[in-house]
Amino acid sequence: MRRAYFKNNWVAALVVTPQLLIIFIFFYWPTSQALYWAFTLEQPWGGGNEWVGFENFRYLLSDDRYWHSVWVSVVYAVCTTALAMGMALILALFADRQLRGYKGVRIGLIWPYAVAAPAIGLAFRFIFNPSAGVASYLNYAFPDFWNPVMNGDHALTMVIIAGAWKQVSYSFIFFLAGLQSIPRSLTEASAMDGARVMRRMWDIQLPLITPTVFFLVIINLTDSFTDSFGIVSTMTSGGPARATNLMVYKIYEDGFRGLDYSGAAAQSIILMLLVVALTFFQFKYVERRVHYS
Amino acid sequence: MIERTPILNIVTHTILFTGLAILVVPIYLVIVAASQTLPDVMAIPAKLLPGDQLIVNLKAAWVEAEFATKFTNTLILATGVVVGKLVLAALTAFGIVFFDHRLRMPIFWMVFITLMLPLEVRIVPTYAVAANALSPFQSILDVTGISWLINATTGVEVALNWNLLNSYTGLIMPLVATATGTFLYRQFFLTIPDELVEAAKMDGAGPLRFLREILIPLSVTNMAALATIMFVVGWNQYLWPLLIITDPAYGVAAVELSRLVPNMNTTGGDIPNWHWAMAGTLIVMLPPVAVVILMQRWFVRGLINTDK
Repeated sequence: MRRAYFKNNWVAALVVTPQLLIIFIFFYWPTSQALYWAFTLEQPWGGGNEWVGFENFRYLLSDDRYWHSVWVSVVYAVCTTALAMGMALILALFADRQLRGYKGVRIGLIWPYAVAAPAIGLAFRFIFNPSAGVASYLNYAFPDFWNPVMNGDHALTMVIIAGAWKQVSYSFIFFLAGLQSIPRSLTEASAMDGARVMRRMWDIQLPLITPTVFFLVIINLTDSFTDSFGIVSTMTSGGPARATNLMVYKIYEDGFRGLDYSGAAAQSIILMLLVVALTFFQFKYVERRVHYS
Repeated sequence: MIERTPILNIVTHTILFTGLAILVVPIYLVIVAASQTLPDVMAIPAKLLPGDQLIVNLKAAWVEAEFATKFTNTLILATGVVVGKLVLAALTAFGIVFFDHRLRMPIFWMVFITLMLPLEVRIVPTYAVAANALSPFQSILDVTGISWLINATTGVEVALNWNLLNSYTGLIMPLVATATGTFLYRQFFLTIPDELVEAAKMDGAGPLRFLREILIPLSVTNMAALATIMFVVGWNQYLWPLLIITDPAYGVAAVELSRLVPNMNTTGGDIPNWHWAMAGTLIVMLPPVAVVILMQRWFVRGLINTDK
């Protein structure tokens, strides 16, 4: 542990205060407000909030629309995570061979990280548009083949593809870093023993990057639950017929369009619990069970 | 590894090329649409080669979405997030690594917990706070009875109010309130040898001088990494500006972009101006992509070290 400290604690207080103030105002206070609203109901004619206990949650959990939103979110999260990570893993394994053109390939696989969600949403909405662009040709050949504007399953597929496209680069960067941190002596030793490239991938590299895999599963799932607003909002606005009404988007709709603060707060709390549970799971089990050495 | 694998090399190149194509083709289609006239964009079968209208469409999108104003605002937002993050995170990490006080770990955990809940999940109450940033203090005063006391003794009614809607402060502050950078700085500060601190103390440097003349110059690469990521994050903000900005003078590029194409559920059969929208998409994408490509080394490093 560190031995040399500065003794002037006034300076310490001074330097940490700005951050603590901002965190208090914009993190801890809103989070506690969410709890307060979730357990109270605003009176229609003013006069403060009335304590209603778990009533908001009970109402929410008996609402088919909410469960539908949860279901859609889970499908979205699992599909985008699987698609993005699968693709990123294969690409990282082969990019790590560092054949000719490696640097170009790497930059080519990294830049999509920087594209804003609404830009991705708009681009894919155009590409998958049933009456313009590429998809229109398919519809011309096979009528009603593809119509995300009317068909909920098509819309969800489209949103998932856009979401996965957004996530690939992030996973790729981490997989590549994980692969490159594997000691070279290990792969060299197995090469000496006669293991060819594919065999080394399967028996040496894949097992050694399982910690990265688990880390990315959690991060990607969390991201899909929380960071999907930009894509849904620009592509489908939650439609058609709520087919793409992900949890984050529903919170926004209920809170800011429907002005149902208590309902939106209760939904926020459930989403918070979900995110915290995922993070906790990662700390508690994943980091402990998977070892490098 | 030194071994001849001609067939596998071809397979490797094919796989990597396919991956690149999957990522690049959507953007290629955006460029194609952005360089055509609207009838060409809507043509069946689709025309897959770029036209000659790119400059015209870029100009039209630039004017239509008032990107001149929006770009300035987005730049202010991104710069604010970068600077705020760099300064606050450095100060906090400095305060919890180099000082000996009992609150070090509690403060660290308080900051660390903010990593868990992104802005999106606490969006409704955060909006309420932005409408009056002093409301937490007002509530505390109300609950503890201090406002009643002040009112009774001086006759002044306590009504603290600081509205952050439609302001740069409101845009930037909540985005700065996370632990991302603090963690990165802390890890770096912990690698600084004790001897350096002792030497500085021996030479008579106080804590602030040590921070300014030794720590800051040493952490330039860390700052570059953090700045790159925070710029991208700041530039790409969508939900928060969408909520708190109603005055077009403060609008940001990403939100304005989404307004180029009307909502599909409310369009009454009108064909959106796809060629302009795609040109706008290109314009909005360009700055952060350029930053990531130019700053690749720092960006990758920062991303891996900050956990996001």
